[in-house]
Parts: sequence; structure tokens; C-alpha cells
Amino acid sequence: MALHPRAASVPAGTPTKITQGSKTRGGIGESTLRPDGTLKVTGEFAYSSDMWHEDMLWGHTLRSTVAHAELRSIDIGEALATPGVYAVLTYDDLPAAMKNYGLEIQDTPVLAHGKVRHHGEPVALVAADHPETARRAAAKIKIDYAELPLITDEASATAPDAVLVHEGRTDHHIGHVPHPNVVHRQPIVRGDADAAAERADVIVTGDYVFGMQDQAFLGPESGLAVPSEDGGVELYVATQWLHSDLRQIAPVLGLPEDKVRMTLSGVGGAFGGREDLSMQIHACLLALRTGKPVKMVYNRFESFFGHVHRHPAKLHYEHGATRDGKLTHMKCRIVLDGGAYASASPAVVGNASSLAVGPYVVEDVDIEAIALYSNNPPCGAMRGFGAVQACFAYEAQMDKLAAALDMDPVELRQLNAMEQGTLLPTGQRVDSPAPVAELLRRVKARPLPPEQQWLSADADGSSVDVRALPGGLSNTTHGEGVVRGVGYAVGLKNVGFSEGFDDYSTARVRMEVINGEPVATVHTAMAEVGQGGVTVHAQIARTELGVSQVTIHPADTQVGSAGSTSASRQTYVTGGAVKNSCEAVRERVLEIGRRKLGTYHPAWATAELLLEGGKVVTDGGEVLASLADVLEEEAVDVELEWRHRPTEAFDLRTGQGNGHVQYSFAAHRAVVEVDTELGLVKVIELACAQDVGKALNPLSVVGQIQGGTTQGLGVAVMEEIIVDPRTAKVRNPSFTDYLIPTILDTPTIPVDVLELADDHAPYGLRGIGEAPTLSSTPAVLAAIRNATGLELNRTPVRPEHITGT
Amino acid sequence: MRVNFTVNGRKQEADDVWEGESLLYVLRERMGLPGSKNACEQGECGSCTVRLDGVPVCSCLVAAGQAEGREIVTVEGLADYARHRDDSHPGAGCAAGTCGTSLDAAQRWQARPSDGQSADAAELSPIQQAFIDAGAVQCGFCTPGLLVAADELLETQPSPSDQDIREALSGNLCRCTGYEKILDAVRLAAARQEETVR
Ligand code: FES
Ligand code: FES
Repeated sequence: MALHPRAASVPAGTPTKITQGSKTRGGIGESTLRPDGTLKVTGEFAYSSDMWHEDMLWGHTLRSTVAHAELRSIDIGEALATPGVYAVLTYDDLPAAMKNYGLEIQDTPVLAHGKVRHHGEPVALVAADHPETARRAAAKIKIDYAELPLITDEASATAPDAVLVHEGRTDHHIGHVPHPNVVHRQPIVRGDADAAAERADVIVTGDYVFGMQDQAFLGPESGLAVPSEDGGVELYVATQWLHSDLRQIAPVLGLPEDKVRMTLSGVGGAFGGREDLSMQIHACLLALRTGKPVKMVYNRFESFFGHVHRHPAKLHYEHGATRDGKLTHMKCRIVLDGGAYASASPAVVGNASSLAVGPYVVEDVDIEAIALYSNNPPCGAMRGFGAVQACFAYEAQMDKLAAALDMDPVELRQLNAMEQGTLLPTGQRVDSPAPVAELLRRVKARPLPPEQQWLSADADGSSVDVRALPGGLSNTTHGEGVVRGVGYAVGLKNVGFSEGFDDYSTARVRMEVINGEPVATVHTAMAEVGQGGVTVHAQIARTELGVSQVTIHPADTQVGSAGSTSASRQTYVTGGAVKNSCEAVRERVLEIGRRKLGTYHPAWATAELLLEGGKVVTDGGEVLASLADVLEEEAVDVELEWRHRPTEAFDLRTGQGNGHVQYSFAAHRAVVEVDTELGLVKVIELACAQDVGKALNPLSVVGQIQGGTTQGLGVAVMEEIIVDPRTAKVRNPSFTDYLIPTILDTPTIPVDVLELADDHAPYGLRGIGEAPTLSSTPAVLAAIRNATGLELNRTPVRPEHITGT
Repeated sequence: MRVNFTVNGRKQEADDVWEGESLLYVLRERMGLPGSKNACEQGECGSCTVRLDGVPVCSCLVAAGQAEGREIVTVEGLADYARHRDDSHPGAGCAAGTCGTSLDAAQRWQARPSDGQSADAAELSPIQQAFIDAGAVQCGFCTPGLLVAADELLETQPSPSDQDIREALSGNLCRCTGYEKILDAVRLAAARQEETVR
């Protein structure tokens, strides 16, 4: 059968740390298939928007139509009188003293009180027997807004007489920020950048603008809240971190945490957009008020207002180098617009500043990153988390520097590439493999895709397949004004939560005999958002416990926290927790074996014992007993927390500190064809090389890298939430106007996976989800610059930037 | 109003349908068939793709009344539809409209004992199996719509080129996969289909 060759490859025979025999099939390192795959292809998998309950009501949110205004009055009378309406709630109906929530700073109102701070802020809630009834009733609520002056950028935020987005701030950042409209500021100073600049033969500076990107996960915010008999509530919802939600939900409902029981329902993608709460509290409030189950589902329009976006950024960079290409110094200033509420802005600032220099050795740096409060849409977590914006700028700078030095841009990068042992600008030593030069070498060594693939194979070569040209099916060119360009980029991302955060996870593992077969059950609160954590947990349990049957218990709050499915951390931390708990289960099983059967064979006492293929075996391969015989009716059940090495906060003046736990590296080469007449770009190929430490599931690893690469491609050429600078209103909250790449916009993405073990991580693995999102954007930009000779300092690149119209 | 139509080979009627309700809403909320997904309600994402008298359509853009008297196939009926492709009347498929997912059922799925192969090959259509095998499913929200569109492509064009596949699936957004593995899956299904024909 003629299958197209897979673009991806994973080299075999790489070092790992497997503490247990790996002969049980379906263990780590194999491309086992998703346990939820069959349900997902048959339509039976229940996403949060599919939840259904007899007698349920539909909730709807009324959102602010203006960006910044005093709320003079809200009249709900007519809405409440609408037939089919069960409840209309405003700020006055909130049941507890605590009326705000937030990831780090509790500055986000459950429902607006006093004023609204951004377009689309929730103001009132309606529950009705049909979603359309709820929508229509909400439209009858009358709100009197008195508009306030707008804060939309750094100048308006920090002007001496600027209106404060949040008056009377009491959070712990207020003491060190230059202005109350600045959420957080992190400088990083190391060496003496001014003195080092004296040694530079060439200095390049640049100003860069990164547009506001949206996670645009396909499964909109949704969930079902069911009131329970004890006065509490059960919530079935799509989220990234159940326990973080719980910690924020319970206080505003006025309930103890054990009365809010959360279960993860099917999640249709997340990418950071589900770190903050959306409809969780709203649905619970309506359910508790009406005594009925309430379902809420955002439509796409509302989804654009229902979650935070990627911080748009303005970045100013200066790099210097000696004639032979060695970097002398780097100075930069990064201004992130955090919008109306803090969300994850402080942590994004920490990342943007500490990773601002990228994967390069620069001893003398002067870095400053800030996040603003403004009346723009709130921004927070999105794949790459602050490192993306910096990578866009420092990679453009490397190309500029290479041009100024007349050097090959890849060589310049390799010459300055960090490696194991390099000091980061924070003074932290990189203590695991950092194959930056090698990743670049790999993408560069790959043969280029053939030129002019749109020329058809006709005998005379005269016809073209317009589908392969810029503009594609719209048939805008037959290749006349089409030029090719090639660009490179590499990036550095931290893995896991940084800056001293207690980043732990919990796993409960149970082993018992069912129908004569040993079965392991893995119970964690990890949010499976599509990344494949459930697959990997089953693989880890098979590897560590030598059983083939593994049940993944649904994620809920009946087990300890797993932390967030973000920061590329979940396989590292919850995977580590599963491994750790499995090891404890294994020890307990062996103890039982020794107790029951130890007298039958001396190896029970003397040999190193493994669990393999459902049996207890010696490391020499001798079978001592089957697990079924060891356990019989007994079950072993262990729940343990697991932590990675601690990190520490960055010094607020110098930025020094061992803030990160692990790093992730990816490099891209982009090949583009540009129609210079119409300004249309077609990305032909976007090759990636990434070090993953150890590929626990090669198929999923490659899938993650391709997905991350595509999101980076999106922001390079099409994705941007456009906020009107005069009104701070969002102009394009729909898939008609906010464009994400289709299969026609996405090129082939060959992936080269390196596995250089990180000795500090479980199995040597490295978090992988985010790194490919960093470097793909600057690689595409570099390729477009290479094709057109234009400077292009802003993303996304639009046709008018290329044609100059 | 009342709407009569055939869904996955079984006659259905929906009562009290509002004028403005879409076919997608009726399938999901009244028929208990939530397999077709709602991700934009604007005809932009393809998550809600079903076949209406054999033609793939965005069910979010079809008014429920327009489905009167017509035949609809959703992802829930895809395996059955593929099995009966040559018959004029597709088989029972998801009978009784009970293949929606209850809370209970949603929580029952588990990691199957995996040897790297799928166990349920017999119950799935070739394109469904290929999506699993090729790793084309991540969050899976786009999957039902893509499957319906890809199945129709393979029905009309058994050995599509890459450009053909891209063109046929260009109305279906996926935010997770980067599409490469979706291409792999369609190629794989086509190749397997070719093998069976031989
Ligand atoms: S929901 Fe119908 S096309 Fe998006
Ligand atoms: S797999 Fe998530 S949208 Fe396609």
C-alpha cells in the first residue's frame, strides 16, 4: 500500500531513566493510542457543552457594551417578567462578602459593581427554560452607563493625571510599581550593559509590536451546575485546573470548598484560555438561586469576551556585537498590555523579562518588563506565556545583527548559542542539555522543499495548480509576482511554574485483581484538554506496574490538586506524581508478596524485583509469582503528592534568582512564497527541531509540536484581536473576522525530535507544549523579510505591510 | 412547529421547534445527538458538519424547518452509513436518538488495555479508525465535522491528492493538531480503502 511517508521521525536508542522493566506493551516510549479516541470519533465523548440534565435551565450573561463607565443603574424588571425566565442576577445578588476573584490578585468582579472596566465585562445573568428566552430577556435589561476616560496604552496609563483602572490597590505588587496602572514591573540587570556597549563594533536597535492573539480553542466555554441537597453545588466544566477554580469559586458562593464538587467534563482545547474562570461562578449562582441545574454555553462571539488573550506587546531592543559576531550586550524594554484585570500578568512579566535574552550567551544585560492595567480586554495566559513576544523581537534582532555584520544568520545564532552550563541573565545556571546550536543545525541541514511546487507536472509545464499558490483557491496569481524566502528562529521557554511557586501534583494509584487480571487505576485531577495526558498516565502505570490494564479515573476534586495543565508542566509534574505513586504501589505489592510467598523462593529476599507482564520477576528474568496470586482479594491504594525541585523569586531590583526549574528549546525553518503584488503569503514548509528529553509518546509529541507551530504561524500572518484605539471595543469577535489557520494555510510541518535526557526530570523528559509556539512566528517573519527585503517589525503581517499600501 | 426527518436512517420528529432553531440545535438538544459540535454558529469552523441528503453542510446554518422530509447523517451514524454506503437506505445507525451522552456515561470511559492497536476496528468506519491510528485526534472537538467531510471526500474521490484533501477540508478548523496528522489520517483511510477494493 502506498502511504505517504510520515514527515516526523524520532531517533531510537536514546538515554532515559526507566526504573522498572519496560516489557509490558503500551508503556512509555511507545506511540500508544488515546484512550478517549474511540469516543471522540464516534461523537460520544461528552464535552462540557454536551452536558444535559433533566429539567435544566439555560444561563446567559449580559455583557458591557462600553469599555469604561460608571454603572449608574441596572433595571431588570422587564427581563424578570419575561415568561420562561427563572432568575435575573446582578451584583446586588451576590451572596458572600467576597465579590471578586482572580488567579493571583482578586481584582475581577463576578459581576460588575460600581463600574465596568472593559468591553464585554459581565454585568448581569439570566436563567431561562430556552437559551433564546434567556438571550432575549437579557436584552431587556436596561443599564445606564456614564462613560469614563479610557486608558489604552502606556502613555495614557502612566500620565500624571491618569484615571486609575483600580483605585485603592492593596496587592503585593503596588509597593514596587512606578504607577498604580502598572500591574507589575520586573527589571533584570546583570553586568554592565553600558560599558559592554563600548566594546561593540556593531549595534542594532529595533522596535517591535506583537498583536493580541486569541487562544481560539474550538470548544467554547461551557458547563453544567447542579444544586445538591446539602446546599452545595456540583459543577461539570471544561477547565485547566480544577482546584484553582475551586479556590476562587467557593468564597464568592459563600460555601466551604467541600460543598463545591467539581468534575472535569470534556475539554475542547485550552492553550491558556481556561486558566481564568469564565462561566463557572455564574452557572453556580444561577443554579443555587433557582434550585435547578443550569447549563451555560458561550457562543463564539461571547467566547472572545469570555477569556483572557495573549498580551499584546511593544518591545524595544538593542543588541551589540564584535566584528567576529560575539554578542557584547543586550538592552530591552518590554511593555505588555494586561487589560482591565490582572489575571496572570505578573507571572507573564516574570517570564518575558527572565527569558528576554533568549537562548543566547550575553553577560551584560539591562532588561525591563512591565504589564499595564488598561481598559483593553484582559490578557493572561496563552501558550508560550510572555516568552513568545520576547522571542519575536530577539530573533528579529539576530537577523538584523547578522545583516549588519554580513554574517549568515544561523551561524551568528550558533556562535552565541547557550549550552549546558550557561548563565541566564537571572544568574541561574542551565544545568541540563541545551542543544540550541544543534537544533538550528538540524533544521538548516534539511533539504529545502522543491521550488515552484505549484507548477503542474504537465508535459509542457505550462499550467499551474493555483491551490498551491499564495491566495490559493481564490486564484489571484499564476505565479508571476511570487518570490520565495527562507527564515530561521530558535526559542527558549521555561517549563513549569516559576518564581518560587509550590508547583506540586497529586496522584492516587490503586492496584487490584479484577476477573483474575491485575488492573491499575490512576486518579488525578489533571485536566485533559487534548494534550494526551491520559494516554501518558496509562503508559506510565503500565511501565511502572507491569500491568496491561489501566483505568483512568475521571478528573475531579475528590483527589488532591494536579496543578494546571499549562506551562508545559503536566507530563513532568503529574506524570511524575503518577510515577511516584506507582513506585509506592509497587513497593507495597512486593511487601505483600514477600509476606505471603517469601518462603517459597529465596529471590523474594535477595533479588532486585520487577513487575512485568502481570508478574513479579527478578532482574534476571525469573518469574516468582503472578500479581493475581500476590494480591488475591487485596487492593493497594496510594495517594501521594509530588514536587519538582524548588525555585525562588526574582529579586525585584536586579532580577537575580534561580527562578526556573527546566527549559525547553525548539528551532524552526520557514519557507514562504509571497505574492508581492497583492501582499499574500503562502507558507510552504515550517520545519521544526525540538529537544523533548524523552518522548513518552512519540506520536503525541509530534502532534503537539505541529499544533504549537501552527499557532505561531497563525499570529505571524493572520491572527489578531483588533481593539479600536478610540473606544477600546473589540472589532472582530468572530471566526469570520478573527482568522485562524485552515488546512490550506498550514504547510507540511516536518518534525525532528531530539531526546537529550534532563537528569532532574522523570524519565529525563522535557515539557514540550509551548516551545514550538515561540520560534515559528519569528521564523515565518524572517522568511517573509528574506523574500521581500522589507523590515516588517509587527505581527501579524498584513497584505498592506507587504505592498506598502 | 413540528419537523419530520430521517436521522442516521431512522425517522424522527421534533415538536415545539422554534422558528429560529438551527438543525444543529435540534440534533443536539432535541434529538440527543450531541456529536455534531457547535464552535461558531456562523458556518466558519465546520465542527457542525452533517450530511443533508448526502451533501455535507454546516448544520448551524440550516434552519430546522429546511430539514423537513430529508435525510441526515451525523457522526453518530457515520460507521453505519459507511457500512451501508451502497444501499439506498442507510441502516438503523443511532436508533432511538439515545446516543447522546449522559453525565454517567461521560464518566465511564477508561484507558483501554492498549497494545498500540485499536480494539474496536469492526465498529468504526475506515475514516474514524484512521483518525485514531494516525493521531489526528487531540481535543477532538473538530473531529466529528472533519470525519463527516473526509468521509464524503473519500466517497466521491477514493484516491485524493494532498491538494484535494486540503481543498475538501478547508472549511473545517482545527486548533490543536496543525492538520498534518489529519492529512495522514485521510491518506491512511484512502490507502486502506484501496487495499480492500483490490
Ligand atoms: S458551528 Fe457550524 S460552522 Fe461552526
Ligand atoms: S483536535 Fe482540537 S480542534 Fe482539532
